[in-house]
Amino acid sequence: MSKKQPNILEHELVPKHEILSPEEALEVLKELNIKPYQLPWISINDPVVKAIGARPGDIIRIIRKSPTAGETIAYRYVAVDTVKPKKKGA
Amino acid sequence: MKRIKSIKKLETILKENLEGKVSKAVYEKLREKLIKMYKEHGLYEEELQAIIDETIRRYDISQVEPGEPVGTVAAQSLGEPSTQMTLRTFHYAGVREFNITLGLPRLIEIVDARKKPSTAIMEIYLDDEHKYSEEKAKEIARKIETTTIENIAKEIIVNPFEGAIIVLDPEMLMDKGVTPETVIKVLEKLKLGKVYQDEEDPNTIRIDLKPEKADYTKIERIRVKISKAKVKGIKGINKVIIQKRGDEYILVAEGSNLAEVMKIPGVDYRRVYTNNIAEIEEVLGIEAARSAIIREVINVLEDQGLDVDVRHVMLLADMMTWTGKVKQVGRMGIAGEKTGVLARAAFEMTVQKLAEAAVSGEEDPLVGVTENVIVGQPVPVGTGIVEIYMTPYKPYGRGEEE
Repeated sequence: MSKKQPNILEHELVPKHEILSPEEALEVLKELNIKPYQLPWISINDPVVKAIGARPGDIIRIIRKSPTAGETIAYRYVAVDTVKPKKKGA
Repeated sequence: MKRIKSIKKLETILKENLEGKVSKAVYEKLREKLIKMYKEHGLYEEELQAIIDETIRRYDISQVEPGEPVGTVAAQSLGEPSTQMTLRTFHYAGVREFNITLGLPRLIEIVDARKKPSTAIMEIYLDDEHKYSEEKAKEIARKIETTTIENIAKEIIVNPFEGAIIVLDPEMLMDKGVTPETVIKVLEKLKLGKVYQDEEDPNTIRIDLKPEKADYTKIERIRVKISKAKVKGIKGINKVIIQKRGDEYILVAEGSNLAEVMKIPGVDYRRVYTNNIAEIEEVLGIEAARSAIIREVINVLEDQGLDVDVRHVMLLADMMTWTGKVKQVGRMGIAGEKTGVLARAAFEMTVQKLAEAAVSGEEDPLVGVTENVIVGQPVPVGTGIVEIYMTPYKPYGRGEEE
């Protein structure tokens, strides 16, 4: 029935995610004057993180569409889940 | 005074002086307006510079200042209107084809981050091939909608002597696009016994029950099992309605199963939407969940005719998705994860929280607002956020003196 797995990155609810290079990441942290863990997190099990192939410790730049500012940039820190997600009995 | 000679020149000046200093939306709007003005009246360079300076000044003023209690303001801006919703809620129920939870109950549902909304609704958009024709939309609706034997049968009789007799309704078969053969295949999977079509009437299907199943005590259970057997469709989606929006047909479905619906060919998977936020988080990720929270809350508020600034809702959504998982605004989520013991105790379950903290020997550094209100200190908000960090002079006789 299903032909191919739809690409979730194309969904209208998913904003653009980019992995920062270590240099860029350092620059961002310096500018904001914070440690990585002080950023909002994104789980390593997040479908988008899996799709773009980010690894724990990466910082992801998210370019959101905003009704007030047109476009805003947010960052998220890829973190490992401390609580394992419950496996659903399929 | 120097006249600006071309639109190109205007754009370069604008780009040099304004870009990056204000948000993109402001920049674009100003650019549009200036070009319009330029075409109508022309502009001097000094005028343009003055406009740019004023824009930047106003933009800076409009920004949130350090120490502004945005959380409290957001909470009140959402809380006050929600008190006005309660009374008006009930009259909306039942007006539409579906009974959708609206108003305060729905808002509470979102903020509590429930795993399942009490009324799940999906909006399914179709691709270019299917969205302009009602026939083709119906085709997809049939594929998605769950059809059970119960939906297409006139009669289901089960007794230990004759076995099971299922009389199918030919009209319903046509409507749902099911043939008796597919029904037989479905019934065979139940492993109740031999399934065959009646010789006289092709729409009657008989099952010879296995001897161990032909028992009075099990009959009712078998009947339910047969009537609930899924012939086609996606699990969890009960009813599909075709609606016309603008010039395209869309499907609105009761029930929700985002992952499966996105896979159906003919569905525009880029725009499939569900009001189940937990499902969006699972399938599309935390950022999509954030957008969905904003969209849902704004929908509820707009529906009730309440005008709340999006920024408050955005802050709420940001806080709920901070840890990478959707957290409720409550004891188990945001309020329960505050750093201060007193702040947590002030919210809910005061005695338990204090006892727990005492047992584990927690300290409260008194950094939050609530804690400081409790002990009667100036709260770190607004001007109170400023503290002095002082490096005392080095002791006399050592250090920098000559």
